Amino acid sequence: MTRTAPKRQTLSELRRLQRLAGAVIMRPLARDWRMQRRWIDQRDMRVVANEFIKPNDRLTSFERIEIYNRQYWFRLIDCMYEDCPGLRVVLGRSRFNTLIKAYLLQHPSRSFTLRNLIGHLPEFIERNPGLVDPYFDLALDMARFEWAQVVAFDGPARRPLTVDQLLGKDPVKLRVSLQPYLTLLELRYPLDDFLIQLKKTGLRGEASNAMSESATRQRPRRRRALRRPRRQSVFVVVHRHDNSLYYKRVDPRAYRILLALAHGFTLQRALTKAYGPDVNAEDIKKWFTTWSELGWFCKSE
Amino acid sequence: MAANRFNAFTQLGIGIGLRIPHYDHILRNKPTVDWFEIISENYMCDGGRPLEVLDQILEQYKVIQHGVSLYFGSTDRIDREQLKRLKTLVKRTKTPFLSDHLCWGSVDGTYTHDLLPMPYTFAAAKNTARRVREVSDFLEVPIIVENVSSYAEFHVCEMTEWQFLSEVVERADCGILLDVNNIYVSSKNHNFNPYDYLDNVPHHRVGQIHVAGHSKYEKYILDTHDHPVLDPVWKMYAHAISKCGPTSTLLEWDAHIPSFQEVHHEALKARKFLEQVIQSHAKPAARRPVAAATA
Repeated sequence: MTRTAPKRQTLSELRRLQRLAGAVIMRPLARDWRMQRRWIDQRDMRVVANEFIKPNDRLTSFERIEIYNRQYWFRLIDCMYEDCPGLRVVLGRSRFNTLIKAYLLQHPSRSFTLRNLIGHLPEFIERNPGLVDPYFDLALDMARFEWAQVVAFDGPARRPLTVDQLLGKDPVKLRVSLQPYLTLLELRYPLDDFLIQLKKTGLRGEASNAMSESATRQRPRRRRALRRPRRQSVFVVVHRHDNSLYYKRVDPRAYRILLALAHGFTLQRALTKAYGPDVNAEDIKKWFTTWSELGWFCKSE
Repeated sequence: MAANRFNAFTQLGIGIGLRIPHYDHILRNKPTVDWFEIISENYMCDGGRPLEVLDQILEQYKVIQHGVSLYFGSTDRIDREQLKRLKTLVKRTKTPFLSDHLCWGSVDGTYTHDLLPMPYTFAAAKNTARRVREVSDFLEVPIIVENVSSYAEFHVCEMTEWQFLSEVVERADCGILLDVNNIYVSSKNHNFNPYDYLDNVPHHRVGQIHVAGHSKYEKYILDTHDHPVLDPVWKMYAHAISKCGPTSTLLEWDAHIPSFQEVHHEALKARKFLEQVIQSHAKPAARRPVAAATA
C-alpha cells in the first residue's frame, strides 16, 4: 500500500486564502456589531468559516474569525471618530455611523498609514448628499476643515520666505507658493469657533471613544449638547506654527489674495483679483508682514 | 549570545515604547532610560510635531524602530514608496536594526491595519522569507521578525507556529524579536505548551524580547497591552533569557497608558531576571567568549 504525502499549499493558493480571509475580515458587520450570518453567496457563514479556520474547544471557526472582523471595523471607526470629532457632533452619532460605514466600504485604507483615512471624505460627501441630509453644507465644510487639520499637523513644509526676500521684488513678476501644510477654506459656517468650543466642552474626547462604545455598548455620560453653528460665511486658514495647529480667520480680500497666489498668479494679479484697481497698501503691508512671520510663503515651484 | 549580528551586536538593556502621553515628561525631565522603541509608522510623515519630538528624543536617547505595516507574510508586492519613507526614517534615527511582525495584513493593496496570523505552510514561509530579504536589502539594516499573538488558525497549516518562525528566519537569515507575551496569549488560544515554543526556536537568532500585559476573556485571551505583565509571562521571560542569554528587552504598554514612572517601573522588573542570567552566564565564563555576552 502506498502512502501519499499531504498536498502542500502553493503560492497561488496562499494568495487565494488571503483574499478570502481578507474579504471576510473586511466585510461590514451586522447591525448588532457581530459578523454577518450569511456569506455573499447566501451560504451559512459558519460553514464558510469552517472551510478555512480551525475551531477549538471553546470557539467555533465563525467566532474565531469574527474576532478579526470586529477588530477591523472597530479600529477604522475609532480612527474616524478620532479624526472627525466635529463631523460626529454636527451629524449626530447615528447619521455619522451610517456615513462612515458607507465611506469605509468605498474607501478602505489603501495606505500603510491610517493618517490618510479621511482624505476622500469631502468628495464622498459631495457624491452622497443623502447620507448627511439635511446638513449637507455643514457636513461638507466640516469634513474639509477636519482633513485640513490632518494636513496641517504633519504635512510637508518648505523653507519659508522672509519679508526681506519679498521686499523690492517686482509684483508684476513675483510668484510665491504657500506652504504645503496650509489649507485655505471658504466656509459657510464659523467652524473655527465651533471646534474651539467643542474642545472646551470636552465633547471632542467623547467623540473619540467609538471603540469602547461599540465594543461594550455602554451608554456614554450625558453632556450638554453643543448647538450646530448658524450659517455665517467665514474665511479660514488652517496652518501650523512652531508645530502647533492653528485656525486663522482672514479678511475676504486677504483670502482671495492667498487663493490667487496658491493658484500661481503673480502678486500683481493676485492683488487686482482681490481689490480691483483700488489696492489698500496699508492692508497689504500688514497682511504680508504677518503671513511672512508665520512662514506661509515659500518659493514658487 | 544576545548581542549578535541580527541586532547589529547591540546589548541595549531595558527599554520602553515612546508614547505621546509621555512626551512632555520625557522632554522636561529627561529620565534615565536605556532606550526607546518607536512605532516607525508614527514618524514616517513629512514634518510637524512628530518629527520635532523625535529629533529631541534622538538628542538624548538611543531609539530602535519597530514597525506594524510591512506585512512580511502578505502576497502583495512591497510598496516601494513605503520603503523609501522607512529608509528616510532609518537614516534619521540611525536605528542599528529594525523589527516588524511575522504576519500578513494587506491584500490587493487594501490594508486591514491588523497583524493577521499566517497559514503555517512552506509556501508562506518561502514567500515571507523572500520579502524579509527584499526589505533588509533595501533598508541596509538587519531585520528581526516578531511572532504575533493570534486568535485563529488555518486548516491548511503544515507545521507549528514555532516551526514556521524557524523556517522563515533560517530562509531569510534574519533575527527574531521574541514576544513572550504573544507566545503566552497564543498558547492559551490554541492549546499548546508555550515552553515548547520557547525551547524550539533558534535561540542564537533572538535579537530582542518583548513583554506586555494582556486581557482574559471568557473564551480567549486578547493581546491588549493595557496591563502590567502577568506572572506567567515573567516566568516565560526568565526561561527565554536563560536560553537566549541576556537580551535587550522592551515593555509594550499601548492602551490605558499610566504615568511614565509606572510604565518604566514595570519594565525594570525585567532587570532581576536579566541579572540572574548574567550571573549564571558569568560562572562558566571560561567556556563562553566574553565579547559575545557583553558587547
